[in-house]
Amino acid sequence: MEPVRIDAKGLHYTPLNQQIRKAVSEGATDIIVDNVLGQRFIADGLKGEVTIRINGVPGGDLGMFMNGPTCIVKGNCDHAPGNTMDSGKLVIHGSAGDAVAHSMRGGKVFVRDDIGYRGGIHMKEYGEGHKPILIIGDNACSFLGEYIAGGVIIALGRSGKVFGGRGVGSGIHGGEIILRGELKERQLGVGAKITEFTEEDLEKIRPYIEEFCEYFGIDPEKYLDTKYTKIVAASSRPFAGKYVWE
Amino acid sequence: MSLGSVPLKYRIQIDRQQCMQCMRCVDNCSYGVFREEDDGNILIDSRKCTACHRCISMCPRDAINLSERPVDYRSHPLWTPEAREDVINQSRSGRIVLAGMGNAKDYPIIYDRLVLDACQVTNPSIDPLREPMELRTYLGQKPSKLDIRKQENGDFELNTKLSPNLELQTPIMIGHMSYGAISLNAQLSLAKAAAKTGTYMGTGEGGLHKDIYPYQDNMIVQVASGRFGVDINYLERGAAIEIKIGQGAKPGIGGHLPGEKVCTDVSCTRMIPAGSDAISPAPHHDIYSIEDLAQLVRGLKEATEWKKPVFVKIAAVHNVAAVAAGIARSSADAVVIDGFRGGTGASPKVFRDNVGIPIEAAVASVDQKLNDQGIRNKVSVIASGGIRNSADIAKSIALGADAVYIGTAALISMGCRVCGNCYRGLCPWGIATQREDLVSRLDPEVESEHVANLINSWTLELSELMGAAGINSIESLRGNRSRLRGYMLDEGTLDVLQVKPVGA
Repeated sequence: MEPVRIDAKGLHYTPLNQQIRKAVSEGATDIIVDNVLGQRFIADGLKGEVTIRINGVPGGDLGMFMNGPTCIVKGNCDHAPGNTMDSGKLVIHGSAGDAVAHSMRGGKVFVRDDIGYRGGIHMKEYGEGHKPILIIGDNACSFLGEYIAGGVIIALGRSGKVFGGRGVGSGIHGGEIILRGELKERQLGVGAKITEFTEEDLEKIRPYIEEFCEYFGIDPEKYLDTKYTKIVAASSRPFAGKYVWE
Repeated sequence: MSLGSVPLKYRIQIDRQQCMQCMRCVDNCSYGVFREEDDGNILIDSRKCTACHRCISMCPRDAINLSERPVDYRSHPLWTPEAREDVINQSRSGRIVLAGMGNAKDYPIIYDRLVLDACQVTNPSIDPLREPMELRTYLGQKPSKLDIRKQENGDFELNTKLSPNLELQTPIMIGHMSYGAISLNAQLSLAKAAAKTGTYMGTGEGGLHKDIYPYQDNMIVQVASGRFGVDINYLERGAAIEIKIGQGAKPGIGGHLPGEKVCTDVSCTRMIPAGSDAISPAPHHDIYSIEDLAQLVRGLKEATEWKKPVFVKIAAVHNVAAVAAGIARSSADAVVIDGFRGGTGASPKVFRDNVGIPIEAAVASVDQKLNDQGIRNKVSVIASGGIRNSADIAKSIALGADAVYIGTAALISMGCRVCGNCYRGLCPWGIATQREDLVSRLDPEVESEHVANLINSWTLELSELMGAAGINSIESLRGNRSRLRGYMLDEGTLDVLQVKPVGA
């Protein structure tokens, strides 16, 4: 089946999503959306096995509540792509704004360059097959992985710049944050701790790195070593000792 | 130096002549107050008692007595026993004191200082026995005007696009109490009752368990900051969606469900790891302004193809009216205002008892502000937090609410004795617990009848109150402050309520 082509020029997000939904319901597995310029909520709540190629810059909440599709963005992305996403993939050929992968509990988000503040906030995993993955090609701002309760966040630091953010993993009570290079203790948030990144850890994240590099045409070899810092939860019950009964 | 122990809160005594040593008290007390000794006697540890009354209710011989505060402190108007005990508790622990249920401070209750109107000779009352009384309530945005055109064939066509509304057969709904905070059987009882009475109940921020699916048409699904249980299927199942920003019992802070309550079933329903704390942070991570709120409201509407009303729940706090006016402009369909008497499974006591404002004042000021700004039709107003009877409901509606949520009252109708120990997970009534043996004590068939009876009886009383006031439609009571008078209320409060004093 030929890809379905949608021109988003001057289109509000609701009719744009209606066109996408219609195409999916008619069996489209490949959709190309041209001239995207700030439309929010693209693929919001969308289900199914479909690849949406977005040419332009989507607005906030790309792939919100999405369950299954793949969105490939040829451009930057505004805030919160992957917000509360259940499953599927977002591949962003550029940078993204704040709160990327917010509360995501399944699927994968790949951002080629940088992301803003509070990336991977409150990501969580449960049961079998519900494990969110966020991979950032270069760097993230402060409060990465706040309240994370599961899944994996990886920042590859491709430009070689030192990770300068703070409050990493504040309130973390599950999951892992893996940063290329060193992180100082003072950059950690409350309840987070640094542990050794081992060969075993590398084997676990290898498929994610290889998948990331494949999407963006990058040689993965440079990133398949143990030069990472791993941040985990000091406790799965970070606030258990805070309260006393009346 | 030791601080020593504080005196007992409650003393349990057994009338040994009445007691037949059936051991039901031993079996029923989940707090371990009663213990069977080797000689068949029952040993009592009153220190563990929470005054849940389970033992008293189950004793076949009425042999158990409970008394409160058996030891007197030196009386003092400022240093009450409670104040002193809190200091001792915190001196020992260095922690935040947790408390359950609603605000337990002795603030004046405005509801009890408002009186309703009744017709006499010049304006006759309506007899609800033979006159139809309209209590059907629609929640959601209403158009400011209708565009109706006559067609060539004589038919009339409505050109105005109506927003989706919830249709309630009574203005009484059941508030959000999550699976995790309460048991599945408790949720099932409430859901069945909502379906029986033609109303709605909230899921709380605990997701929607598959056993509740048959009642999904009567459920309002909640989206809180932790996004627990939220996926597209959950959003599509609910009759409406509610974004929880704040809660009356703990305004401005988040919630923590302790890890020991997160069993496999709760974990799957909430979509969080089993055994870890369910942390619902204070703010939503993507909401830092009314514009951000509007983004989430529209995101939820877009996900569900604009077919469902979206509510926004806030705690009643200072400037609540301005916040509600912002919410009305965010495309939300209803604003839920939770007063400082609102219940909870667990809240820091200092919040429960000191933060927020009474629902009566909050509803009145919100209704007034929305009217003043000409946007009252854009949003429905739902009042909650400490609604105890049908008179409270009638007064809430007269102050400007479209409908109310009840919470604690619904739990009381299922057996809850307001002992306030919900956060311990040992509720002997099978309500605020996940312990299987305790949960099984609550029969959803029986308890749903009790909850439905409560809603039905309050609905009947509402009809009578309206009839007495010469009103036959709930819409005519809404915001009708002339049906209220304030008794022993100060001028400032009367001004906020926009209610005249008695005699005026």
